[in-house]
Amino acid sequence: MTTALDPVTLGVIQNGLQQVCNEMDLAFCRAAFSPVIAEAMDRSDGIYAAEDGALIAQGDLGLPVFVGTMQYGTQAVIERVADPQPDDVIICNDPYLGGTHLMDVRFYRPFFYDGELFCWLANTGHWPDTGGMVPGGFSARATEVEQEGLRIPPVKLFKRGELEPEILAIIQSNIRIADQRIGDIKAQAAALKIGDKRLAALLDRYGKDTVAQAIKELRERAARLMRATIAEVPDGTYYGEAFVDSDGVVDAPLKIAMTITVDGDEMTFDMAGSSPPCRGPMNSVIATTRSSIYLAIKHVFPNVPLNAGTYEPLKIVDPKGTFLYAEYPRPVSGCAAEVSQRIAEAVFAALTKAIPDRLFAAPAGSSGNFALGGYDPDKGRSYVMYVISGGGYGGHPRGDGLTNGCSTIGISKSQPIEVLEQYYPVLFERYALAEGSGGAGEHRGGFGINYRVRVRRGEARASMVMDHGRTGPQGVLGGGDGGANQVRFEFADGRVHVPAHLSKEQDITVLPGDVIDVRTPGGGGYGDPAKRAAERIEDDRAKGYYGESGPDAPFGRRD
Amino acid sequence: MVRIVGCDVGGTFTDLILLDEESNSARIAKVPTTVANQSEGVLAALDKAQADIRAIDGIVHGTTATTNALLERKLAKTGLITTAGFRDILELGRRTRPSAYGLTGAFAPLIPRELRLEVPERLDVDGAVVTPLDEEAVRAAAERLRDLGCESLLIHFLHAYRDPAHERRAKEIALSVWPNQYVTAGHEILSEFREYERGVTAAVNASVQPILERYLARLLDGLRGRGYRRDLLVMQGNGGTVSSEAICRMAVNTVMSGPASGVMAAARTGAAAGRPSLITFDMGGTSCDVGLIKDGTPQVSNELEIEYAMPVHVPMVDVHTIGAGGGSIARIDAGGMLRVGPESAGATPGPICYGRGGTQPTITDANLALGRLNPGRLLAVEGAPDIEAIRARIGEVIGAPLGLTWEDAAAAILRIADDRMAGAVRMVSLSRGHDPRDFSLFAFGGAGPLHAGAIARELGIPTLLVPARPGITNALGCAVADLRHDFVNTVNRPLDSVDMDLVRRTLTDQVAEGKARLAQDGAGTGEVRTLHTADMQFIGQSHLLSVPVPSPDVTREELQAAFETVYWDRFEVALPQIKANLVNLNTAVIGPRPDLDLGLLLDAPSPRGDETRPVWFAETGWTETPIVPRASLPPGSVLDGPAIVEQLDTTIVLSPGMRAEADAIGNLIVHVGTGEGA
Repeated sequence: MTTALDPVTLGVIQNGLQQVCNEMDLAFCRAAFSPVIAEAMDRSDGIYAAEDGALIAQGDLGLPVFVGTMQYGTQAVIERVADPQPDDVIICNDPYLGGTHLMDVRFYRPFFYDGELFCWLANTGHWPDTGGMVPGGFSARATEVEQEGLRIPPVKLFKRGELEPEILAIIQSNIRIADQRIGDIKAQAAALKIGDKRLAALLDRYGKDTVAQAIKELRERAARLMRATIAEVPDGTYYGEAFVDSDGVVDAPLKIAMTITVDGDEMTFDMAGSSPPCRGPMNSVIATTRSSIYLAIKHVFPNVPLNAGTYEPLKIVDPKGTFLYAEYPRPVSGCAAEVSQRIAEAVFAALTKAIPDRLFAAPAGSSGNFALGGYDPDKGRSYVMYVISGGGYGGHPRGDGLTNGCSTIGISKSQPIEVLEQYYPVLFERYALAEGSGGAGEHRGGFGINYRVRVRRGEARASMVMDHGRTGPQGVLGGGDGGANQVRFEFADGRVHVPAHLSKEQDITVLPGDVIDVRTPGGGGYGDPAKRAAERIEDDRAKGYYGESGPDAPFGRRD
Repeated sequence: MVRIVGCDVGGTFTDLILLDEESNSARIAKVPTTVANQSEGVLAALDKAQADIRAIDGIVHGTTATTNALLERKLAKTGLITTAGFRDILELGRRTRPSAYGLTGAFAPLIPRELRLEVPERLDVDGAVVTPLDEEAVRAAAERLRDLGCESLLIHFLHAYRDPAHERRAKEIALSVWPNQYVTAGHEILSEFREYERGVTAAVNASVQPILERYLARLLDGLRGRGYRRDLLVMQGNGGTVSSEAICRMAVNTVMSGPASGVMAAARTGAAAGRPSLITFDMGGTSCDVGLIKDGTPQVSNELEIEYAMPVHVPMVDVHTIGAGGGSIARIDAGGMLRVGPESAGATPGPICYGRGGTQPTITDANLALGRLNPGRLLAVEGAPDIEAIRARIGEVIGAPLGLTWEDAAAAILRIADDRMAGAVRMVSLSRGHDPRDFSLFAFGGAGPLHAGAIARELGIPTLLVPARPGITNALGCAVADLRHDFVNTVNRPLDSVDMDLVRRTLTDQVAEGKARLAQDGAGTGEVRTLHTADMQFIGQSHLLSVPVPSPDVTREELQAAFETVYWDRFEVALPQIKANLVNLNTAVIGPRPDLDLGLLLDAPSPRGDETRPVWFAETGWTETPIVPRASLPPGSVLDGPAIVEQLDTTIVLSPGMRAEADAIGNLIVHVGTGEGA
């Protein structure tokens, strides 16, 4: 260690860096057009090191799955952009260059102080569309990345503050609902500009060298904190696994095998034995795979800080040769929303064996992406409606799981029914708790939801990328699994259709009167259901949580 | 000549102020809050102030009865009748989790599932009937909820903001089988789309209504028993007051009225002192509240969330709260970093200095250790604390792990705490497009004036304003606040296709309704003021910006220009390609109450004395510092730091380089300087 900064200055600078990121988050979210950014908070803002892109600080309201990816993306930009200039903004959405899927578009702004590059400010925002074979980008059947949308390498979208019209024109000619994107582009760039201003003020106040030293020391302290946390986990090797229903193309489950070795104050994650690369879009790029492990660890130990130091004692063996290490041109649209959550589930399953008192049964773990695209004849316009849904969380040592929690990798809000019905020609017949979906246990899982949406006007096509349709989220320590994801098309002519891959489907034609019925997964149960307190079971009965038949059967009661 | 009583019930103390223009005096009382029945504390405060209750012209009351009931979930048993298929809306929320990391959060809906019943009915987004209202089902549901012992009833249907006919009819039917004064129909509380937010706001109203009504009835009984014959006015979260008869219908409006009254007192005091733009900083035992007043007008928001997943979408003074107060605990985390708060020692065991078994150093302990607080004058403590023991404990728990002396450790606690609170001030100002240097910092609450100087210096705020009575600011806010009614109507159309006649009609109707309600309140004087705003966005966005509207006759072009200005100020983004959307039209109708002479708050002058004690300052270390009674600073006096100004309810720290001037109405205006070269 170099000469230590006084702890107060260190604390104040840490707080200052965090606030720069939070202000970027707030500005981006409030000014964005994409509902996925503004409401679903599918974005993140942070500060990254000038030399290697290592994470310095990230906003508190950033989407969890981006906590680990953005530093790899920044690193790729550093390697490829030779001459960053003040007020430049570089755009990139290449999944293989430290990204997730194509819809997550990243902006990078070099931060100069006293004429020198001091660090990078960067953000990611999920755009509603970046072209490709289905509106919204979540194709369940793509077999190469070109089918998934426009792939933008790191290029300067703003040169010294001026928007490059040629680059903009290329982007706008290749994506749907292009007219609103200018609003998102400006919001995303403006957030970085606000960050630039605030960070400059912080350096003015404390001096460049002091802030640089503080960043270094904060990283060392984060590593120390993470090591101290790991040291409390008993040494040993722990195995957990989780399954993706299918890749959307080949109807067979994909396995994530997670072996965690705890040795003193380090943890090693080895995914050997996982399924090979798949044909459909459920491959995960390595940045997303790593990030999924980081966010799982942060869910288990929420008090560890977010910077590159935290990751130092977490050793990840590159899962080469598996679907968790996707290389060009493997399709990847499902990696951020679904595969990432299965990776986290495998980490939870393994750690439950090491520290059951700190863990929880598996959460629903699906973003429940459902897209309906069509033409509204009354309004004379095309539309794409996205519905993302929550599900139940797992029971845990201190209580039952949360009902309708958001995805493991998200912090998003769902859209109000009254808003969806305003924009799209649909009518929701139901939006309710999915009775019976909470896995039985001493502490039962939370419940998923059940919605029914009816098309009112015009023809439309429905697509979905969900998961946990084959098996529900895992129960632990004797708890039962949560209810599985279910999708049913009930056509007005009486036909009923259940997707062959259960949770993934693309381009089903629906007409006025047709209904799509979706049940999202419930959380797994924690502990033996027979140990559940009688008054809790009676309360579940009174509330009708297990439907007409009641909680007796799932909780093993015979009377 | 009027005699007005303002009374605020806080978590710990019930504060009362009697402003008497007849005898040209103010009386103050501070008594412990009586938690079980707050009205006892109010009556005790009146007794303590020796108020001649028959001669009082008005009592204005700020109560935490509803806020507490809500946060502790001690609510009236409330039933819900709602649209078939949607009874779980209140339980499902907007699908989030309580914190970004950790998957073990919990949430309890305001109305439990067994009391949420469905009836066939459905409107579409245009208000057209998809399913007619099943009147028999409504009757059966109301009877069932009545028989289950519900006290209050909420009727909440999808798209009722578009056409309330079904909600109205259902209410009639329910009342016919269950005569009940506590029936809330969602559209009556809020005529705004978004079913969860409207439903929760209305559910809050329904479930606190009986509690508020009973409480106010008890209080009024007590007052009548003592011969009080005038009106009782109640403080609302929007910073205005309303008659106690009218408030129960809109009980939700009393939620968060405590912070609002503090901001109103600040607005009035700032206006009288010629400083209409203020950032308010109220620091108490467990938290600090920060609000913003621009040109005399407190910022109001329609979109506040009281706690996780509890949005209350009625207009409320926009106050940002963080968990930093005198009782906030300092500790060293596993990475070796010093943290202060948000955990609080509370009242029990409290800070170490309370002598009730607390062992963890708090902000108050650090202030005491460094001589900033007078050990003999702590409000919450009997007898003098053992300063040396506190210093030793700070040295042991905080100093040793960091390699610091106890002095430096105590100073570090204050520095980290000040920095967090400065962050909160930055969030309400800079991050919303206001430059803190254009404001004065209005410091109040027991601990506000202890820390405000350091925060002002950190943010470049040039002056502090410390009112005459910082510890009873909320009670003063009750006494000086105007009557106020707010209205929100949803338009939700692109501005270029909005019927501007409809805008004019909506705003003038809102004004007419407000004036009618003011007439019912019956306690206003002077000319009614109206404030109009529009909530706007670019088409395709979901967040709203509040845009000032000069009058109901506003033109389309003026609205467009006003929106673009507000948008630029906030985001520095211009989007000429994209059209604006007019979402809501809002009006506040304000009935001024008598303008009271704040000079009444001045204490009788007292001599200054020559007391000093050693106090630690960041600038100069330990410094023998004059201790100055507040009452020895009559209007016009000037005091240079370093100095500690003491008064019954607070302590003001003047660091080296600061200069305080007492103005004509008893405020201390502190020029904070930069702290350099002092």
